[in-house]
Amino acid sequence: MRLERRDRPSRLALLAAPLAAVAVTLALSSLLVAWAGAPVGRAYALLIEGGFGSRFALTETLTRATPLILTGLSAALAFRARLYNIGIEGQLYAGAIAAVAVGGLHGGSGFAAPAPLLFALMIGAAMAAGALLLLGPALLKSRFGVDEVVTTLLLNFIVLLAVSALLDGPMKDPTAMGWPQSVALQDSLQLDKLVPRSRVHTGLLAALALSAALWALLRFTTLGFEIRAVGSGARAAAFAGMPVAATAVKVALLSGALAGLAGAVEVAGRTGYVTLDMSPGYGMSGVVIAMLAMLNPLAVVAAAVFVAGMLVGADSMSRAVAVPTYIADVIVAIALIGMLVATLLTQYRIRR
Amino acid sequence: MTSAPLLRLQGIAKRFGALLANDGISLDLERGEVLALLGENGAGKSTLVSILFGHYVADAGRIEVDGRPLPPGQPAAALAAGIGMVHQHFTLADNLSVLDNVMLGTEPLWQPRSRRREARAALLQTAARFGLAVDPEARVAALSVGERQRVEILKALVSFGRKQGARILILDEPTAVLTPQESASLFDTLGQMVAAGLAVIFISHKLDEVLRVSHRIAVLRGGRLVGVLPAAGADKALIAEAMVGRRVAPPVKQRRAAGDVVLQLQGAVLRGDGARPLLDGVALSLRAGEVLAIAGVAGNGQQALAEVLSGERALDGGTLQLDGRPLPARPREWVAAGVARIPEDRQAVGVVGDLPLWENALLERYAAPAFARFGLIKRRVARAHAAQIVQRFDVRGTEGGGVDTVTRGLSGGNMQKLILGRALMSAPRPRSTAAGPPRGPGPAWGGPALGPAGDTPPRLIVANQPTWGLDIGAVAYVHQQLLDACAAGRALLLISEDLDEIFALADRIAVMHQGRLTAARPRDAWTLAEIGLAMAGTAAPAEPRHAA
Repeated sequence: MRLERRDRPSRLALLAAPLAAVAVTLALSSLLVAWAGAPVGRAYALLIEGGFGSRFALTETLTRATPLILTGLSAALAFRARLYNIGIEGQLYAGAIAAVAVGGLHGGSGFAAPAPLLFALMIGAAMAAGALLLLGPALLKSRFGVDEVVTTLLLNFIVLLAVSALLDGPMKDPTAMGWPQSVALQDSLQLDKLVPRSRVHTGLLAALALSAALWALLRFTTLGFEIRAVGSGARAAAFAGMPVAATAVKVALLSGALAGLAGAVEVAGRTGYVTLDMSPGYGMSGVVIAMLAMLNPLAVVAAAVFVAGMLVGADSMSRAVAVPTYIADVIVAIALIGMLVATLLTQYRIRR
Repeated sequence: MTSAPLLRLQGIAKRFGALLANDGISLDLERGEVLALLGENGAGKSTLVSILFGHYVADAGRIEVDGRPLPPGQPAAALAAGIGMVHQHFTLADNLSVLDNVMLGTEPLWQPRSRRREARAALLQTAARFGLAVDPEARVAALSVGERQRVEILKALVSFGRKQGARILILDEPTAVLTPQESASLFDTLGQMVAAGLAVIFISHKLDEVLRVSHRIAVLRGGRLVGVLPAAGADKALIAEAMVGRRVAPPVKQRRAAGDVVLQLQGAVLRGDGARPLLDGVALSLRAGEVLAIAGVAGNGQQALAEVLSGERALDGGTLQLDGRPLPARPREWVAAGVARIPEDRQAVGVVGDLPLWENALLERYAAPAFARFGLIKRRVARAHAAQIVQRFDVRGTEGGGVDTVTRGLSGGNMQKLILGRALMSAPRPRSTAAGPPRGPGPAWGGPALGPAGDTPPRLIVANQPTWGLDIGAVAYVHQQLLDACAAGRALLLISEDLDEIFALADRIAVMHQGRLTAARPRDAWTLAEIGLAMAGTAAPAEPRHAA
């Protein structure tokens, strides 16, 4: 048996691939649900209902999807340019800390500045923090060929330890009764709620707008053309006169900024302060979401909502039937593998 | 002695997906015969010998050696039956000696004592028998390409470690990497081998050498055997037609007085990683309307020269002038200055395979005002430009997809036409300058915008192996386009390892060896033998003779 490359994948196959992947995922996961001793049909019904079936479920899913869209976009953009940014988690925390550093209630009041100005500074600082964190690995890669997977991955631990030190040190909230958590953000900098009596905030609108903007950037602009060409054929792009190294730097800055923004949006929209467990792996989930979306910025939204729905739904399901919440992680992981296989099959056909 | 032929192929068929690579091929090979297997890329030559050698299993058909059937899909059985193969890309271990390479895989692991002495004797005896002089103790890395090929052939012929040496030798494009002298020496060897009763299958797409070396010619086209004919008295044009399936016109070269000097290189030095510089004091000059061809065996600095002349690498020493001005090593400025560049590796360097055709047509000039404003690509203009290239340069394989066809799906010839069109076709004038007062170039978002120079028609064409791996029809097309461009006043610098191509196109020829370039002489002032010597670096270039 071997794989043969298809001349041109059909559009139908490209559309069917994600659906087939999801179907396979649900089928395989049902084995685990059955193994856990729960009725498969009821468990799935509870999962779907818990993720999408009510006003509360939907708003929770969208709340969870907001940072996932941003981290997904961060990964999708970087991966398009073959810059494998595995440090999104660290960039997210760097952004969150930077946001609190600018907009936090230091000494009880924080910086006195007009709220719109301080808000812009806060977002700017968060994006800059994320961007700068990825700039180093990107430069090391283009200058010395250092593998960015290793550098970005390891930077995660450095950032998390640094954040931990800050949360126990200069940024520590004196009113938190000894818990390692940062000072809270000024009230005027918190994002408005999008839906009353829910946790969905206006950060979702920003994430959706950025998804559309990124799609347009890749499709219509010279920079987007550079990113796509450098990503799928760096040698040819360099021969044609594209600034390969500069493009990598621009991509790194954009991708890191998106991850940093995700951190700021989480702080300003949901938590209000930084803790070490504010992100349940949004960074790594962003990588998964980008792959599920086949690196398409618009599809990132759908993939992020899917992943968020699974996470939220599994929480709710596990309260009703005896299936651990880890089923959500398993479902997402199988969906990713299924998606990768499905993508492969759109590009290749199997021959004996 | 049986009456059965040495080798008999009967009704060999092999299908890969939709492609019928071999379609009922039947062939006989007699003792003492050189049979040429002639055909274009994709005609099915490689598939056929892979089946013969047991790499593939045929869907139908049978193979007999000496009247006995050969079990399919077993290279070991093919070897035991006396079939030897010399691949185009050598399969030698560079860091071992010649003798080690010949012995490789012939001795069982559990044998306590190596039979090195016997192997050495067998090797020397076979070498003497066929006039293949080699030093058994020489390290392969130190050998020239011609010598390495000799080792490959010896490895197939030596009987050490098995019942017999090869009686049927398959040579896959054996002359592709050889100088003319080395080729001639190979042909002598083949003569001695068939005189000793061996049989040779000689795979090639070069007509001249096939006519010279073989007794019979089997022509393959599209997986079918379209004819077998004796080489003696064969008509070249007729065979070419059988191979391609239609008449192929040789390129027409118009005489034209050379114009101003377009490109001048003096004392050009480019250091590489090794001790020897890649370019070692290269000097050349090229005039408008002229074709200067650089001949040479692969790996003698041609790639470095091409990179310098494509604006990819800066010289470490010496001067480079285009139209009398120095030019910095930035590809974009070279394109803007009117240099049409055709890279050697069209798949990896020429195009981005995953992008659609129209974006590849745009690749070199996407930031020029004709194609982009305010950092936005003028998609309509760019697509129309690509459609024009497709039409003007006859790019096929876009059925259904149009300019959205993914470039990877194009054949090599069509890909090369696209690259040719991209390089040679000037961009449309930006509409902003045609209508109303001229505006400044757009903001430099996404890179510096090109000035109006971005739309100069090419002055110089730098083509590195422009027809490598293309079939005859596409070769003729590319040659004619290049010659037409020269007739229209462009200068062409052609880097090629194919001497037929060089003699067909060049006005002047220079030869490259180990980073040095001989003085360029008019084409008619070179003999094939002289070029061969210069390619091997054995003769200092003589004073240029004055040709009429």
